[in-house]
Amino acid sequence: MPWILDGLADLHGALRADGYTVIGPTYRDGAIVLAELASADDLPYGWGVTLEPGGYRTRRREDDAAFAHSAGPQSWKPFLHPPRVKLWEGRRTEDGGFSIETEEETPPRYAFLGVRPCDLRAIGVLDHVMIGGAHPDEAYGARRTGAFIIAVNCTEPGETCFCASMGTGPRADTGYDLVLTELIGEGRFLAEVGTGAGAALLDRIPREEADEAVTEGALAEVAAAADRMGREMPEPEGLRDLLAGSLDAARWDDVASRCLTCGNCTMVCPTCFCTTVEDVTDLTGEHAERRQRWDSCFDLDFSHLPGGSVRTSGKSRYRQWLTHKLGTWHDQFGSSGCVGCGRCIVWCPVGIDLTEEVAALREEQEERRD
Amino acid sequence: MPPKLAVWKFASCDGCQLSLLDCEDELLTLAGEVEISHFLEASSMIAPGPYDVSLVEGSISTPADAERIRHIRRVSRRLVTIGACATAGGIQALRNYADTEEYRSVVYAKPEYVATLAGSTPISAHVPVDFELRGCPIDRSQLLEVISAYLAGRRPGIPDHPVCFECKMRGTVCVMVAHGTPCLGPVTHTGCGAICPAYGRGCYGCFGPATRPNLGSLKTWLGSIGMSRPDVDRAFATFNVAAFEEQPDDPP
Repeated sequence: MPWILDGLADLHGALRADGYTVIGPTYRDGAIVLAELASADDLPYGWGVTLEPGGYRTRRREDDAAFAHSAGPQSWKPFLHPPRVKLWEGRRTEDGGFSIETEEETPPRYAFLGVRPCDLRAIGVLDHVMIGGAHPDEAYGARRTGAFIIAVNCTEPGETCFCASMGTGPRADTGYDLVLTELIGEGRFLAEVGTGAGAALLDRIPREEADEAVTEGALAEVAAAADRMGREMPEPEGLRDLLAGSLDAARWDDVASRCLTCGNCTMVCPTCFCTTVEDVTDLTGEHAERRQRWDSCFDLDFSHLPGGSVRTSGKSRYRQWLTHKLGTWHDQFGSSGCVGCGRCIVWCPVGIDLTEEVAALREEQEERRD
Repeated sequence: MPPKLAVWKFASCDGCQLSLLDCEDELLTLAGEVEISHFLEASSMIAPGPYDVSLVEGSISTPADAERIRHIRRVSRRLVTIGACATAGGIQALRNYADTEEYRSVVYAKPEYVATLAGSTPISAHVPVDFELRGCPIDRSQLLEVISAYLAGRRPGIPDHPVCFECKMRGTVCVMVAHGTPCLGPVTHTGCGAICPAYGRGCYGCFGPATRPNLGSLKTWLGSIGMSRPDVDRAFATFNVAAFEEQPDDPP
């Protein structure tokens, strides 16, 4: 049964009382970032965003909506799959050998407040990669299984959003403990339950039953958002074949003339998961560490083999990224690697738009056929 | 016998050598692991070579420099250049694009006493270099990493990607995308830890060009967000002017 919450202070308080570190959107440095929320007051009430390829601006809204902004500079990835992790450290022992210590850090228990449907799907994609196979990343698993997820259905898609065409939004389907729909302009939220843990949390906070008209009205707003997407992925069901058949496309030269190979698209992507491992020793040689950090297929070292890097041109690196994200991801993980959040479009310093690149590849393929 | 470390200076401001002295917490440990045999900024004591590792600061700008660096190379097992001057010619390489004779005649009362080369060039233009550490100044953690790596007989773990990687990993909001602030980060070698964007400023390119940068694309974009062409050119004409100038116009 759906409920109505009057503000989110009680919800936030209940999560804190349960020992959760509550992460959610907040205003910082001219952007809506994800960070720890000390209270529900930290939510970015009244902030909207204007997005374009290579451009992001916050703007004041006329209402005090908390979730009327689309995807910001980060996804939830840095919390589940941190940029830098120490894997182990080694010390030389007195008998001339060495000892290995793995820190058994207790992972923080995160409550993610305000996960948009695109990002909720991204967490599912990341789960499949990180813990869905034969060699699960245990640290990821520990952070992930402890997390409490409160999704927020999207009523304000941005200019670079295309979740509707990727089938990931604007309404959250599964994977949440609770899902909220903001009743914009009222300061109230429709709350629906996804899990027993979600229901138990709701039971402890003041709420009202939502009548049918309010529920239907709120969900109609969500459904209508599907028609207000600023972007569309052309023919998403055919992407795997399109990319597989476009390895020699001339378009790669065009995009390579613009691509800075700076790796921003992979860093902001909620599903790009690649890491590298670095070994360091200190001056004395008595102490060594193995560290994992984010890597990117745009880094020359990423494809470094004896004899040098395999993908030296920008063209080959961009092609690798897009072909994996939209094409071979299907073969490897059984889904698309793209959820339509649009971050790679916004945070590309030179505004490369993958929906536009796909459309150009499609056009080129059709021309070749004719 | 501990390995011998030497520090040498050419045309430079001494800031990179100071980065070594600035390793306050590690300096005593370092002194215990190596014999600091030649470091005039720290001590007038000089122990004879050969040296296991030579750190070279500064660019080659005089005929005497060009001779001296060959001697240093001969007495050094490993030669590591430290900083933008030694690695790219430094800000003084701006003279490579001007008339050095004119400068000499205008700046000095007795220009005939000043022996200078027409250009300011990196160490690698004169002798083989084992490792180049970027930055104006260098990052002391990177310096310690290079020394630690050589002591352990391993490759230095110095990443080869642009500054953007660091901004994203530390959670800095992109100053160019979110504020419209011009930034050289996408084409600049990492190493500083992305300090400037963390304080809301664009990257100045102190660490020089990243490997295979696409300068043409960034210059076009900087123009589209309101920078004039002379301003764009000036942004690249600082500490690493010669290294940016050398980059091909073609995309990588």
